[in-house]
Amino acid sequence: MKFARLIWANLTRNKRRTILTILSVAVALFLFATLRSVLTTLDAAVKVGSETRLITRNAISLVFPLPQSYTERLRAVDGVEGVSWANWFGGVYRDPQDFFASFAVDADTYFALYPEMQVPPDEMRAFMGERTAAMVGGDLMKRYGWKVGDSVTLRGTIFPGDWPFTIRAVYHPTTPYIDESSFLFHWDYLYERSERQADPGWYVLKLSNPDLAPTVAEKIDDMFRNSSAATKTSTERAFQASFIGMYGNIGFFLGAIGLAVFFAILLVAANTMMMAARERTTEYAVLKALGYGDKLLFGFVLAEAALVTLVGGALGVFGAKLFFGSTTFLDAFFPGFGVTWPTIALGLAIAVAIGLLAGLIPALRAARLPVVQALRQVA
Amino acid sequence: MALVEVRDLTKTYQRDSQVIPVLESLRLDVEKGEFMALMGPSGSGKSTLLNLLAGLDTPSSGSIRVDGDEVSAMKPKQLAAWRARHVGFIFQLYNLLPVLTAFQNVELPLLLTRLSKGERREHVLTALNVVGLGDRVDHYPRQLSGGQEQRVGIARAIVSDPMLILADEPTGDLDATSAGEILTLLQRLNKEYGKTIVMVTHDPHAAERADRVMHLEKGVLTQ
Repeated sequence: MKFARLIWANLTRNKRRTILTILSVAVALFLFATLRSVLTTLDAAVKVGSETRLITRNAISLVFPLPQSYTERLRAVDGVEGVSWANWFGGVYRDPQDFFASFAVDADTYFALYPEMQVPPDEMRAFMGERTAAMVGGDLMKRYGWKVGDSVTLRGTIFPGDWPFTIRAVYHPTTPYIDESSFLFHWDYLYERSERQADPGWYVLKLSNPDLAPTVAEKIDDMFRNSSAATKTSTERAFQASFIGMYGNIGFFLGAIGLAVFFAILLVAANTMMMAARERTTEYAVLKALGYGDKLLFGFVLAEAALVTLVGGALGVFGAKLFFGSTTFLDAFFPGFGVTWPTIALGLAIAVAIGLLAGLIPALRAARLPVVQALRQVA
Repeated sequence: MALVEVRDLTKTYQRDSQVIPVLESLRLDVEKGEFMALMGPSGSGKSTLLNLLAGLDTPSSGSIRVDGDEVSAMKPKQLAAWRARHVGFIFQLYNLLPVLTAFQNVELPLLLTRLSKGERREHVLTALNVVGLGDRVDHYPRQLSGGQEQRVGIARAIVSDPMLILADEPTGDLDATSAGEILTLLQRLNKEYGKTIVMVTHDPHAAERADRVMHLEKGVLTQ
């Protein structure tokens, strides 16, 4: 600790350079935290998809619906305990920027399959008893300052026209990775107002035993193989993953960007540390003359480099946590988006690693400095 | 027994395939409590000898004993520890760390000891008072004159109470008045505090302040 003041004093020697280095590391680590949070959010969304629920959709594409008549046939399959369905509504509130996920769900069956969505019983009763009622996620309620009882009108993009709703219930998921910013309403309302033109976008099936998933899925797809709408059935987790697959190899892409940023910032930091150390050759020689050993000087330079990048890294990752914690603009694209503590820990570790790597060569130089030669340069 | 005993000391430097002799079979004794000046033209090997005495450089052959310790046989790590305990070094260009105050600069050698913060403070203030800068403890080097900076350098050299003070042209960068003050201070350290001092200088007036003057020319020492 007694050497901390010496290390700190060296950091204040060229304040502008230190601040710029800290800021460059902060920006890089902010970017890292953001990119990694995209991955962890997507990954968590995939993981949270239940293995006990199957999703049956049109084999051609999710865009094409399935006939309503499949309901009873699906219910009759061995191992299927419950069936529900939903449809993507794609409504817009006020203007296109106010986008959020909106679904029509078969209210009588849907919530029994999703016990993770918690709704107060009185609100659930109110929702069930009104055809134009909407159930809204807690985050979405906060985003628009809505209250239970408010009237909200969505403009249909797939089903044209203005669609008035009354918010009757608010759901809160028990897991952070279920989207808490969705807008759900009665399938019956969609069906009737669209003049019975709507069909289920996908079916949700509850299995009696998760081990049956592959056989049940195969049986269902075989059953509809030669029908007008062939199906593709997968576990909810695989269904979620297929959504993410639509982005391409996002993990590789983000990883490549992250790696490029890491090396760029490593070079910036290494260059700064080399410059700082070179300017201080004389001082290292003087410290050696006073009795400071090679290892001690090696430690000073490394500690100084690691401290700079750690401060920058902390600014970056905690900045990202604060920033994304106080804004909801990414929630529409990445429900549950947030910077996790493991990401922060990893970011700080990377920041220290950058510092140690950047400081390694100047630290070795300081330790191996021929003191007589360095002092002669002074004289 | 002399405090410093140099026997058959030879130092050569290698430049490409050429071997350049700097010191040749040198013999020197410096008694405890002696103030010795070392004079000689540029390139005569004065600073090399001083660096060897301080354990900053290693001899090509021969031996250097300081207070019974065989300095020439020590490994770099041992030398660093030995220097911290027994040698105070005064530089021509003061070489204070610009980001540290006078107090913090003087404290540097004590950070290598086990002294508590309070003890370190006491030692630093004593050293700064000895050199007459008790009222400049919080000043940074840029806020001090050249003479004052060198006094801080001297305080740094004496703060750990070393047995040997080595001064490499301590007045070489100062005006006559400041140089006179520094030499008076060195004399005081020698007479009042019994410090053994070896001072390299070009200046005959500075050398006059010493008890004994040795001349080094072409690597050979003469009285």
